[in-house]
Amino acid sequence: MKYMLLMHHGNEGGGDCPPITTWAPEEVQAHIAFMIDLNKQLAAAGELVAAEGLAWPNEAKVVVSKGGAPKITDGPFPESKEFLAGFWIVDVPSEKRAIEIAARASAAPGPKGKPFGIAIELRQVMSAPHPE
Amino acid sequence: MSARRLDPATEQLLREAAPRVLGAVARRCGDFAAAEDAVQEALLAAFEQWPDQGAPANPSGWLYRIAARRVHDQRASEAARRERERATARSEHTPAPAPEPTGSADADAMHPDDTLILFFLCCHPALSETSAIALTLRAVGGLTTAEIARAFLVPEATMAQRISRAKQTLAQAGTTFELPTESERAQRLPAVLHVLYLVFNEGYAGSAGAELVRVELSSEAIRLTKLLHAMQPDERETAGLLALLLLTDARRAARTGPEGQLIPLDEQDRSKWDRAAIAAGTELIDRTIARGSVGPYQVQAAIAALHDAAPSTAATDWRQILALYDLLKRMGENPVVLLNHAVAYAMVHGPRAGLDLLQSLESDARLARHYRLDAVRGHLFEFAGERDAAIRHYLAAAESTASLPERNYLLTKAARLREFS
Repeated sequence: MKYMLLMHHGNEGGGDCPPITTWAPEEVQAHIAFMIDLNKQLAAAGELVAAEGLAWPNEAKVVVSKGGAPKITDGPFPESKEFLAGFWIVDVPSEKRAIEIAARASAAPGPKGKPFGIAIELRQVMSAPHPE
Repeated sequence: MSARRLDPATEQLLREAAPRVLGAVARRCGDFAAAEDAVQEALLAAFEQWPDQGAPANPSGWLYRIAARRVHDQRASEAARRERERATARSEHTPAPAPEPTGSADADAMHPDDTLILFFLCCHPALSETSAIALTLRAVGGLTTAEIARAFLVPEATMAQRISRAKQTLAQAGTTFELPTESERAQRLPAVLHVLYLVFNEGYAGSAGAELVRVELSSEAIRLTKLLHAMQPDERETAGLLALLLLTDARRAARTGPEGQLIPLDEQDRSKWDRAAIAAGTELIDRTIARGSVGPYQVQAAIAALHDAAPSTAATDWRQILALYDLLKRMGENPVVLLNHAVAYAMVHGPRAGLDLLQSLESDARLARHYRLDAVRGHLFEFAGERDAAIRHYLAAAESTASLPERNYLLTKAARLREFS
């Protein structure tokens, strides 16, 4: 079963966690090292399908077309502090395992080494019909 | 897939043979696209069979036979299909047998110019950069579609499609398998060099994603540039590019930390630099520049050689580097050249002067949206002792780069400065 894990920035630790742009250097490094290590472990376990970080949403756009010239707006939500920061796709035997991975990613170290508590949205990736 | 892998020396042999075999097959069947597919299949067969059976005595001959047979079979089955269609329509005619592939690939079939023809064909102006890169790596580099896909982090099916569409584009553009005239070659050489430069950069910097140095692409770019240089030793810009790649790649081991983090030039452990590559690159660029008028790759190589010769940032010959950037700017301005020029200017005339220069460039639309403008400003403000401004610009750059290692580096830079303020 494939799952997509979407990492949403902006409401960490119930919204009282300072953004990464204000952390101490060793806190930044510990966080980065944790993420690199997590990806290595998922790859070694044969569970990693894809993992990508997204560029900051400064230049993000929303494009809508109903035919003709598309409507392009800054987006997704310029005034919102919450944004999609990255995603994983994992191939795992069960939802339980996907939740385990999401929980590990969410607990990545934040300021003072405490778990960051970043929100991970878990979505199953649709597949071919089940063979009968 | 065979569990065993080819040993590196045999793999090298195979990949060196690939473009020569492709040339011979393409010449014989007159269809570059079909020949290219056939050679790819022959390469895959070699990867499959050679580890267990051992490499044949004549690897090129072996590849040629498999590829030629493949083209023949393909044509025979197409002819048979067409004949069946005609036969159903008219119920007469027996299909004429297609001629068998004759002979082995002796030295006669391999034409010395074929690899050069392939370079120009794969970097044809009708192709987009990404298509030219993919086709060059497969047809000239002898890489498999799967390897190229992995190097560029895209699905194999996507890469296969990109290559096949590139070949369709070449066919539609009416290209033929022959060496362009001398004046055409001179006109099109920059495009070939640019593709090799991009392959190297993709390996060295990684346009996106977390892996900072994708070693194999850099090495492959150097191998192909050496090949091109060996075929056209008098092309000074090819020599310049080769020197630039050697001199840049020489710093590879010092450029990343244990966690893959980016280490800038001024913080690198210079004892980790590859002295042999520096010596080779420096010798090549000195010898090339001494021969007359220079082009942009030669100037960039000369700059790289000055960096590589310096024991530290402070002891670097910045005056000479600035003069070379002045020259480079006159050859054609682009954002990266302008920013590097400003850094050199600051190293000679002080950070304030560099910042003033950047200010005057701000109206340049190409620069205004370039994340490196903020990164360079952060660097110069830090150099000038203005921490708050430096932090502000490092963070702005971190928020607009699309490279993860770069973003991590910029965030760490800002965090360090905050700690000291």
